[in-house]
Amino acid sequence: MTNQTDAIMMAGRNRRRQRWFLVTGLLALLSLCLCCAMLYLGSTIYPLKDIIRALAGEQIKGASFAVQTIRLPRMLAGLFAGFAFGMAGNVFQTMLRNPLANPNVIGITAGSSAAAVFCIVILHANKAVVSTASVVAGLATVILIYALSRGKAFSIGRLILVGIGIQAVLNAVISYLLLIGAQNDIPTALRWLSGSLNGAQMHELPVLIAAVLICAPVVIYLGRHLSILELGDPSAISLGVRTDVTRVVLIFCSVCMIAIATATTGPIAFVAFLSGPIAKRLVGVGFSNSIPAGLVGVVLVLASDLVGQFAFEARYPVGIITGILGAPYLLFLLFQMNRRGEL
Amino acid sequence: MNRISASGNQPQRWRMPKQFPYLMVLGLVLLGVSIAASLALGSRWVGFEDLMAGLFQPDIDSHGADVVRKRIPRTVFSLFCGAALGVSGAMMQAVTRNPLADPSILGVNTGAALFVVSGITFLNISTANQYIWLALAGAMITAVFVFGIGSLGRGGATPLKLVLAGAATSAALSSLVSAIMIPRSYVMDQFRFWQVGSVGAANWSAIATFLPFLVVGFLFAVITAPALNALALGDEVATGLGVRTAMLRLVAATAGVLLCGATTALAGPIGFIGLLATHLARLLLGPDLRYLIPMSAILGAVILTISDVAGRILGSPGELEVGVVTAFVGAPILILLAMKAKVRSL
Repeated sequence: MTNQTDAIMMAGRNRRRQRWFLVTGLLALLSLCLCCAMLYLGSTIYPLKDIIRALAGEQIKGASFAVQTIRLPRMLAGLFAGFAFGMAGNVFQTMLRNPLANPNVIGITAGSSAAAVFCIVILHANKAVVSTASVVAGLATVILIYALSRGKAFSIGRLILVGIGIQAVLNAVISYLLLIGAQNDIPTALRWLSGSLNGAQMHELPVLIAAVLICAPVVIYLGRHLSILELGDPSAISLGVRTDVTRVVLIFCSVCMIAIATATTGPIAFVAFLSGPIAKRLVGVGFSNSIPAGLVGVVLVLASDLVGQFAFEARYPVGIITGILGAPYLLFLLFQMNRRGEL
Repeated sequence: MNRISASGNQPQRWRMPKQFPYLMVLGLVLLGVSIAASLALGSRWVGFEDLMAGLFQPDIDSHGADVVRKRIPRTVFSLFCGAALGVSGAMMQAVTRNPLADPSILGVNTGAALFVVSGITFLNISTANQYIWLALAGAMITAVFVFGIGSLGRGGATPLKLVLAGAATSAALSSLVSAIMIPRSYVMDQFRFWQVGSVGAANWSAIATFLPFLVVGFLFAVITAPALNALALGDEVATGLGVRTAMLRLVAATAGVLLCGATTALAGPIGFIGLLATHLARLLLGPDLRYLIPMSAILGAVILTISDVAGRILGSPGELEVGVVTAFVGAPILILLAMKAKVRSL
């Protein structure tokens, strides 16, 4: 009897594991294809051979400039920012047990964005200062939202409302900074209000890449605890998870990734919000959602950027496309949560 | 309509709040101060002589006097817009029985903006008379849509659901607005001020277009106020008191949408005035809408005008659009309300 139950459970577990590997593998493959497409497509299409040689560092007339200074940084910015947004958004959604409680909706990205705009447009600071300031501002926003929403009894609803209010204030601050700093510079304004990969430059990327390479493994490692945290504090403690430490480390890593990604590309609308739920739907339950969520983020950003660049007559920044994609999903999610009475 | 106002003719059990006359006087004084500030202050300093010349001596032709004359329509317009937004917020909060209802939070402003931008782009419209109808249609449709989404499911339209539905709708609509505007620089030039809201482009003809909507909206608001007081007790009680709730909601919501739609058509989306003015008024006077509505109007006018003056000073030598200033002062009210709310009522 016990053996039979064990066998059934093991079979189920194996099936879920297989699904996880299959989906994650497919997502990784799709991301890779999109990366290649980002390098290949453009106003001039160069032969594959030239692109590979340009990537290797050879000087080829035309192709070298297009690939090395425009397409490669753009692709890398999209890749790492997408991964950071997707993974970090998923951490917040899982930890707070509510898909609505993500960095886009509760204003963390707006906090980082405001700090980055202040440093870049007003102080003309260098990259290190911008990254540090946006991380500090992101953390400060988290602490502020948490402190303000504690009240007599903590509730996610209150946290979300407070976050929306904070976001409105921060967006006003960003508009003000853009007005006194970069009057009439609409591309810059759009970048900081909805996110764009336009003008990504190679020398801006090492910080972002380092942040993702350091923080992502930590989040992945703690991902197991994350699914236990989802059960609620008492259960998590009795299962041997040090809830406070885990939570603080997870929040810190997530905010670092989000803040630095925001400082590079601007707050790309809704990616942090969409990735977690989509990944969860794809891989099912039972295994850590962190890596698939990050990959979904990559796919969203790169695909939206390609759509924004080539699908229409005009070139749209990626944030506009993800905004149009994301908002209906938010409404759909509300609709569903409403029906189940979860709000 | 008669049936709606019927409950207002019954013996008045709710007496006028004692502080109402004093507060009205105080409000009017503040209004005077804000008008003076709006005429005198700005990115260019004008002296007292210029101010007087600009106001009362049309034959004097100094630069300062001209500046003051230019500020007159702007001041009038910002007073009207503020009053309209204040009353609009009061009406929407009463109709939805929801303390967080505000045209900007419900996404109504963005809906109006989308319709106007589409009209300019695809239908080649260009006069304020045409904008205003499109903006009203956009405001109306968005209001119905957001309230519909927000009130689905158990518990009806809780503040949280309504705010989230509004935020999501706003986000989608403003992405669409950007998507329409980016490739067309002529629309962008024409409607730059639209994205954040500004009273700077005011002129007398825009005010003339705006006025009928303002009057009708205020009239509807005043007529429905007593019945809305009954509605605050709940639908069943209101029906028992002889209020036709569906009709009442329609008329009151129309007032709210007319006021904020017309304002948005001419000034662009200006946020949080309705929330700020109405809650301040309620704090001072209590919940009786008959007194709340005029107080909200005055406070809305004062807040918007002062915000506009602040925007001119902060943004000097250019100016900061008033929508940015109002978001900055108004959003903390949203946070405060969220902090005060009981968990279950969210």
